[in-house]
Amino acid sequence: MPAYNRILKVDYEKCTGCRLCELVCAVKHDHVSNPIRSRIRVIKWESEGVYIPMSCQQCEDAPCVIGCPAKALSRNMEMGRVEVDYQKCIGCRTCVSVCPFGAMHFVPSDRKVIKCDLCDGDPQCVRFCEVKAVNLAEAGDVGLQKGREAARRLQAADRKAAGVLAAS
Amino acid sequence: MALNRKIAYIDLTSGEIRTRSIPLEIRRQFLGGRGLDAYLLYNHTNANVDPLGPDNVLLISAGLLAGTCASATARTHVMAKSALTGVLGSTNMGGFFAPELAWSGFHHLVIRGRAEKPSYLFIHDGEIEIRDAKGIWGKSVTETQWAIRDELGDPEVKCLVIGPAGENLVRFANVMTGIKDSGGRTGMGCIMGSKNLKAVAARGKMDLTIAHPVEALEFNKRFIDQITSSKVNQTQGTLGTPFIWGATNSWGGVRARNFQLNQCEYADDIEPEHLDEIATETMGPHHMAACFGCQVHCRARYKIPSGPFAGRYDEGPEYTSLGAFGAEPDCKNAVTVLTSNYLVNQYGMDNLETGSMISWAMELYELGILTKDKTDGIDLRFGNDEALLEMIQRIAFRKGWLGDTLADGGIPAAEKIGKNAFDYLIQVKGMNNLHSDERATPALALNVATAARGSDHLRSRPAIDLYHLPEPVLRKIFSSPVPYSGPLSSEHTSYEGKAWEVFWQENCYMAVDCLGICKYHTVFLGATHPNFEDWPDAIRYNTGLEFTPRQIWEAAERCNMIERLFNLREGLTRYDLKKGDMLNHRYFDEPCLRGAPDVVGRKIDRDKFDRMVDEFYEHKGLDRTGNPKPETLKRLGLENEPSHRL
Repeated sequence: MPAYNRILKVDYEKCTGCRLCELVCAVKHDHVSNPIRSRIRVIKWESEGVYIPMSCQQCEDAPCVIGCPAKALSRNMEMGRVEVDYQKCIGCRTCVSVCPFGAMHFVPSDRKVIKCDLCDGDPQCVRFCEVKAVNLAEAGDVGLQKGREAARRLQAADRKAAGVLAAS
Repeated sequence: MALNRKIAYIDLTSGEIRTRSIPLEIRRQFLGGRGLDAYLLYNHTNANVDPLGPDNVLLISAGLLAGTCASATARTHVMAKSALTGVLGSTNMGGFFAPELAWSGFHHLVIRGRAEKPSYLFIHDGEIEIRDAKGIWGKSVTETQWAIRDELGDPEVKCLVIGPAGENLVRFANVMTGIKDSGGRTGMGCIMGSKNLKAVAARGKMDLTIAHPVEALEFNKRFIDQITSSKVNQTQGTLGTPFIWGATNSWGGVRARNFQLNQCEYADDIEPEHLDEIATETMGPHHMAACFGCQVHCRARYKIPSGPFAGRYDEGPEYTSLGAFGAEPDCKNAVTVLTSNYLVNQYGMDNLETGSMISWAMELYELGILTKDKTDGIDLRFGNDEALLEMIQRIAFRKGWLGDTLADGGIPAAEKIGKNAFDYLIQVKGMNNLHSDERATPALALNVATAARGSDHLRSRPAIDLYHLPEPVLRKIFSSPVPYSGPLSSEHTSYEGKAWEVFWQENCYMAVDCLGICKYHTVFLGATHPNFEDWPDAIRYNTGLEFTPRQIWEAAERCNMIERLFNLREGLTRYDLKKGDMLNHRYFDEPCLRGAPDVVGRKIDRDKFDRMVDEFYEHKGLDRTGNPKPETLKRLGLENEPSHRL
């Protein structure tokens, strides 16, 4: 699949909450272990057993790109991602403020923002996620995949209803 | 390279806090986690210290590999002298606390004294604060954690807490983290409660250096593939540990009705597959959850489907809850097991000890040793689910004569109940046995009898002994990293070579408890799992320290010996039924009544068991009385302990 079409597809219901994605992301990018350096974060509501990995959506019309006063953020068409040009970045954190997904992070010790770069095409979060909660998918296929899963649920519900009708 | 990892000494009486680095020389000797805790316990307590007094020290640690890029290294260790057993108190738990502690700047905490008022510790950015726990004291395990997060204004804080059971000094109270991650056995929550310490909260944002990051990532990937390709872990990731209970029950290896039977019949409702259905119905098809950085994801998320606590969210149950609240009290109802599991998790109380104590009381009640005037009118017969649930609550809050009595642990309770109550108590060193029945498995019997923290399966159980592996396979596993040419037997009913298996596993489990790796990633349930030969790479790539498999083995042996030294100093003697390496008479006198053909009629042979203990002592370098030979201490470099170097 061409790089420009690849996106991270998160099936959050499959997430076991282990946060290995955070660990390998930090080690891959910064060569140290520290989840505040991760570009992907598992948001949890432990009291409900809900875990949701959140990362950059690589938006087409990205608020971070539009909002950046230094024009440090731009879309790399070839790689299918939004990138930070650290030569231009002034560290104002506007991108952190405007990102609707909380996917831009500021690392205090480095005084710089970080975001997902899809590991140049081989995302480590995907590679290490054994339960496939985080996947690499072709952008155009995701809708159909979701549709297939939804259709299966509808069919199951339909069968159940038929069973109820037959029994009554 | 030197590891810049810190230890903090915290005096709750004076409020004084000191920190220092862990010298490499001590690190090489005791690795970290449980092993280093054992060194610290032996060095920071005196003989016969009052376990509930201010001079007992509570040790909390993250393993050597916690927070690094090595898989399944989420284990936290907690140690102190136990008020339940009077010997080594020790517990190892999963969850998310250990890495958070490591990122907050500390790997070991040595906590002594007693806070004047209920307090909790907050550890962050290399700093430690002692904070007021007013308003948190009295709360359940999960409510405590959410209240601390609210107070600190940070939902990412990870807490190690006690529930009401710890506050009420129930001798088998747990230290808990998350929904159900339990530091169980030996009552470390009781020690925390005695120190007026409600919680330890950690928030870590500090970098942990990875010595060889690229290699560490690639090694981890291979490690994960090795783990996830094994059938046993795939099953565990689907059904959780209940599958072990189900499998063991099928051949007659679990306790039922206290210790009257070795198999729980007509138990379909609590079989792992049914519990899995409940989890699927209440939490969806993807209901398994994991500890930090682990691919096994062995615990289920579930909601209690019906009954007085219907709709409450919990995780598990582990196989121990199936045994302790299902088979032992003969309450073979899934809702009862799930509700009991929820209650002990919220009260912060050991499921195994709680269920076993109640089942023991049930047997005493049916024998007439306990009567209705002692139970406040509760009809404490086997199979009375309501009585079980009521007694769990009574123990946690020390309500009524019996609740208060059982909360003190087996041996004091037996003395208080009187008559021959002690004869029916299935315990070693004052702690109740696991829900398994070891009468047909001498290797497992030796393990529970000699485990350092009292009756226990996680200190030296050769669980793969049940697989009937061919002898060459056994030899491959058990002859490394030190050579062994003695006997080995594939037959689980045999006494041949079992002492070596137990000795080998004791060192294997100590090694991973020092490194902070979960036992499901070792030769515990899977014969092909990572082993002594694999750990040097994990250590090297992540920390830069160089160890050979043999050096890890020797460190583990040393750590086990210092635990032994602690127990000996607290009065352990070989044949003492209350504090020794000895089993209840029922193991030797009452044959198994149920199970597979090669299990029915089995009991432990006293003479053969005795010889097995001799052999085990010989492997460990102990004399016949169970004391270390001088040359053993010299070989392990322990002849000058306590050395007070750290």
